Amino acid sequence: MLVGHQPKEFLLAVEALTVSFDGFKAVNDLSFYVDENEIRVIIGPNGAGKTTVLDLICGKTKATSGSIQFRGKELTRMRENEIVKTGVGRKFQNPSIYDDLTVFENLEISYPRGRSVFGALTFTRDAAVRDRVHEVAEMIFLKDRLNVNADLLSHGQKQWLEIGMLLIQDPDLLMLDEPVAGMSVSERAKTAELLNRIIKNRSVLVIEHDMKFVEDIAHKVTVLHQGQILSEGTMEKVKNDLKVVEVYLGH
Amino acid sequence: MTDNRFFNRSEFIGILVLAVFLMVILPLTLDVFRLNLVAKYLTYAFVALGLVVCWGYGGILSLGQGVFFGLGGYCMAMFLKLEASSVENTKIQSTPGIPDFMDWNQITALPLFWKPFSSLTFTIAAIILVPGIFALIIGTAMFKRRVGGTYFAIITQAVAAILTILIVGQQGYTGGINGMTDLRTLKGWDIRPDHAKVVLYFFEVGCLFVCIMIAQFVRHSKLGRILVAMREKEDRVRFSGYSVANFKIFAFCVAAVFAAIGGAMFALNVGFMSPSFVGIVPSIEMVIYTAVGGRLSILGAVYGTLLVNFAKTSLSETFPELWLFGLGGLFIAVVLAFPNGLAGIWGDYVQPHIDRLISSRKPKPEGWTDKSVTDGAPAE
Repeated sequence: MLVGHQPKEFLLAVEALTVSFDGFKAVNDLSFYVDENEIRVIIGPNGAGKTTVLDLICGKTKATSGSIQFRGKELTRMRENEIVKTGVGRKFQNPSIYDDLTVFENLEISYPRGRSVFGALTFTRDAAVRDRVHEVAEMIFLKDRLNVNADLLSHGQKQWLEIGMLLIQDPDLLMLDEPVAGMSVSERAKTAELLNRIIKNRSVLVIEHDMKFVEDIAHKVTVLHQGQILSEGTMEKVKNDLKVVEVYLGH
Repeated sequence: MTDNRFFNRSEFIGILVLAVFLMVILPLTLDVFRLNLVAKYLTYAFVALGLVVCWGYGGILSLGQGVFFGLGGYCMAMFLKLEASSVENTKIQSTPGIPDFMDWNQITALPLFWKPFSSLTFTIAAIILVPGIFALIIGTAMFKRRVGGTYFAIITQAVAAILTILIVGQQGYTGGINGMTDLRTLKGWDIRPDHAKVVLYFFEVGCLFVCIMIAQFVRHSKLGRILVAMREKEDRVRFSGYSVANFKIFAFCVAAVFAAIGGAMFALNVGFMSPSFVGIVPSIEMVIYTAVGGRLSILGAVYGTLLVNFAKTSLSETFPELWLFGLGGLFIAVVLAFPNGLAGIWGDYVQPHIDRLISSRKPKPEGWTDKSVTDGAPAE
């Protein structure tokens, strides 16, 4: 380490992160760094701790030890809604949308204004909100379904809607948990196209099993195994890593 | 998108119909005794209305609304009791000028916390603030710790039980199990004769409509949609940047304040207040009114309350022992067969017929398609 050398500013710096559930370490002394505008994909066998890592970053699970720095702010001590306000958005594995509300209302709730109780009471659906909702709805291929109740959407459309809900939040770090799981081939292609469009000017952290999809979008891949990093680097490098082939890709 | 912030067209018609029903039809057809009975039932409608906001929209089941009904009722009753206990009215007591039950319990001076209740302004503020702040404290303690669902319901029951025990036990300060009786005048105006009952009835209905409008406003605001969203996917709301606990606390406080207004109306219209409206059983009954009316329907809550109470009055006179079983059975039947209560039945079976009637009467313009029928048809 050079004296006087300033370390590069990472968007997200996870250091020595550990969480244990009754003695079982789901994530064990994990460290990794995500750059601005980077697309990072996390892969690994079932139970490797991939989803737990996202849970830790967004505050759903509290870390046992270690630190998560996002733009220099320590996330491990913040509440979920405060983490969202610093610019972290999270998509869940199963489409997590509001079935009883329309597509428009789903997107409107995610619009980052009027988030306090009083703000929500006095919130008005003005032109700025409407324009933004229409703009996002167009991106997620749901432009003509705005007034449809969300429970009438297909599985793929629900996934898009949740991506749209994150998009309207405009986070600096977007975390997606298996965004193409359960999608048809054509939906998958559309989703890849959608993701490639929305990742501009933000960093994305994706968990995905679909290797074809990973190859399409990843800048860098992190392979997790038993809560620790097995390998990290470009897709090419990871694919040729014998350890990775043995525990994951070989299957 | 030009709907105003309170109601859309069909809701406006619904509110109008209810207003005509309560303000014209009932006063014209019922004698004063029956009208006063309706006034008593309507006090519970305030509670049911609050439960629609808190339970129906927010998914927070409170089985302790009697607590807030009681707090509001006791605040009002304390004012009325003080006025009824003037020195000349109570000169036969060993300590004149204090409420009779205090005298019976060897209390010789008005307790400190009673003193401000000689002011009507203070009393009105207390009716809103005491239950509101109490709900804020309970809500903050529970929801910030993510206590919810069944656990929350059980805790509200415990609070209801505690408050009942407290009121009954502190007989000298609260009137004990008998409650506060013999309430006479409001600022010198006698609340007991028939014409006063009629005036109080209209005043109560007026307050009810103010509460209905507040509930409508909440429902049509983004906050109303967030409550619905929260009921379904709490985590998603949290990860959209909202503090779920604060929204739950708000809904719970609104329900508490509505219940308290109902309680105050009860003291005024019925002329007494007792712990039998505070405990677990009345609290559960109030939930049943909401469930029967339809827990998602603001107006349904009012009709549900009236219907169940009319049934209760007439059935309990005929079958005093069986009535409670009937009430329990009604609750189970509604939950199993009609989860959205009367409002659900109306929306599923009656409304489509009315829509069809209205649309078939209108002359059909060129290229007209029977939209209301296709809308009503199940999606393929």
